[in-house]
Amino acid sequence: MVELQGIPVSPGVAIGPALVLDADGYQIPRSMLPAEEADQEYARLQTAVDAVSARLENSRLETSAVAGEHTGDIFAAQLQMLHDPRLHAELRRRICNENLTAAYSVNRVLHNYAAALRRLSNPMLADRAEDVLDIEKQLLLELGAVTRGPMSELTEPVIVLSHVLTPSETANLDRRYVRGFATETGGPGGHTAIVAKGLELPAVVGIGAFMDQVGAGDRVIVDGDRGRVIINPDEETLKNYRQRLKQRNSLSERLAELRDLPAETADGVRIRLSANIEFPYETAAALERGADGIGLYRTEFLYLSSDEEPSEEDHYRAYSEVVRDMGGRPVVIRTLDLGADKMGHRPLTEQEHNPFLGLRSIRLSLRNLDLFRPQLRAILRAAVYGDVRVMFPLITTIAELRQARMLLNLVAEDLNDAGIPYRGDIPVGMMVEVPAAVMMLDHFVREVDFISIGTNDLAQYTLAVDRSNESVADLYQSSDPAVLRLIRHCVQVADESKTPLAVCGEMSSMPARALLLLGMGVRNLSVPPSSLPRVKKAIRSVTVQQCCEIAERVMKLEAARDVDMYLLDRLGSLVPELVVT
Amino acid sequence: MSNDASLTRIVVVRNAEGLHARPADLLVRLASKYQATIMIGKNSEWVDCKSILSLLTLGASQGTELSVSASGDDAADAIDSIAALFEAGFDDNNGTKGVDS
Repeated sequence: MVELQGIPVSPGVAIGPALVLDADGYQIPRSMLPAEEADQEYARLQTAVDAVSARLENSRLETSAVAGEHTGDIFAAQLQMLHDPRLHAELRRRICNENLTAAYSVNRVLHNYAAALRRLSNPMLADRAEDVLDIEKQLLLELGAVTRGPMSELTEPVIVLSHVLTPSETANLDRRYVRGFATETGGPGGHTAIVAKGLELPAVVGIGAFMDQVGAGDRVIVDGDRGRVIINPDEETLKNYRQRLKQRNSLSERLAELRDLPAETADGVRIRLSANIEFPYETAAALERGADGIGLYRTEFLYLSSDEEPSEEDHYRAYSEVVRDMGGRPVVIRTLDLGADKMGHRPLTEQEHNPFLGLRSIRLSLRNLDLFRPQLRAILRAAVYGDVRVMFPLITTIAELRQARMLLNLVAEDLNDAGIPYRGDIPVGMMVEVPAAVMMLDHFVREVDFISIGTNDLAQYTLAVDRSNESVADLYQSSDPAVLRLIRHCVQVADESKTPLAVCGEMSSMPARALLLLGMGVRNLSVPPSSLPRVKKAIRSVTVQQCCEIAERVMKLEAARDVDMYLLDRLGSLVPELVVT
Repeated sequence: MSNDASLTRIVVVRNAEGLHARPADLLVRLASKYQATIMIGKNSEWVDCKSILSLLTLGASQGTELSVSASGDDAADAIDSIAALFEAGFDDNNGTKGVDS
């Protein structure tokens, strides 16, 4: 039994056999050949090299034609690696002198090179390990030592284990069979984490190197509540977790009964509880759990999960589907939040030293109008079908907000001129995610119809912590008192100006922190569909008075840890069912 | 790599990305045109200049000093063109053309 600790990013427990995705996971057995077959085996390797070479050359030509020669040259370098004389000398020695199989030799030799590259301090060079492993994979495929696409041919439930899982890879996991996942890299606010939560897959990230401790088919437990991953658990551990899985299932059944009850406190204050989604199909989960609307529709995943850049029609189709599904309930569409760790098909920015402080989000949209306009047109067109509201992310200055609004008006005029059906009078809101916006909020509220606090980015920019950087991930806490003070300020300004305010970040999805928000005066929460029942349960278990007492006490505390400890304690006595034991 | 017949020269990695995949590819393509045995060294670590995997594992960033050593009939020519490639910073417009011709 091996116990590993990582960062819990998506709650729940999953038990199943490991599917090791990382190239490191190829378990090629060390096997020998009769000496007289060595030459033949080496010839077999040559055939595989030729086949991979032809494929790389093809990729180089195609990529060069589409993306320019410079990008195509990535494959030129890979071709060079494939034909490396040292590599071939080493492979030949292993096959012909040591009589090892071609697959085993390829696996060992290329892994050694990849490991050597990974050890380099220059990250650009260290990343080349991926190129080497890519060649290894292709050679192993040609040699018939591994089968293609373990992810596309699943027939049994699995737990995915990987060095890294990108947001789009996570989005493409086959949810019929993938029960949960664990990765070596990643942080709590990363987009992989958000997608995992959206898919309701128990997930643990940022574990650090562990792939060498696990083999394909090993039994794995992913504990997404506590950030624990257990490989080959002993009987007792397994028994405990099976028990917890059962308890969880029965809790979710009981929570499901809350579906048709309103999100109302015990003393009758109605809270608007909406869902955060990224994909149209998530409306089903939102409705099933009685969401009051979509409080945050993240549209960039339309951009990231397909192979081609989405057209206005693609945007329009996706938005219309969501708006229609929600049957008149409000749908807040957030415009593209690309940049930083989320990039699409074409380079929209130069390589930036500090992408999180760089050209991202609304800044990027305002600089790439050919990207932004189709989206705004699609939003106004989809608004015909229901209660659509548009929200701009990462607004930092008044000028940005005005520019975005102006563009929206221009687009509406264009639609009008072209005689295309649309609605031009939709509410316009902004996300409050940077301290500058909080400080200037009294000005902003005069120009928007609603505001929504994105606690993930607000915490990141307040605490000056890149939330995807593992070395500082522990400093990133949306319950940090500094963040809480900014939220309280927002609530005061919003109340005075009678501007509707919502909280749609990570923070609102945690029942204890949701109660704190209610105590601070927040009346609109938006959470991932998977969190709806728990948050609703928490809301229905308390009075506003109790929440105010919580907030009053918390505002006197000086550290995130103190806040979390106190909140956990209060949740334990007010809503004990929700405390994971 | 101190062979009597060999020539050695110090070069500096000038391009910003270091001896990254593309520059290393160019360097191997250039070195492979020569019969000479060409070795390239960082501190006391020497690798074959015709092996891209070995070059990458040197991990030479911008500003790194490398020693190039060549032995064989065309060693002098080889060293001159390699030094020129480093001097040009593996620039697309200068470096590449020289290599492809």
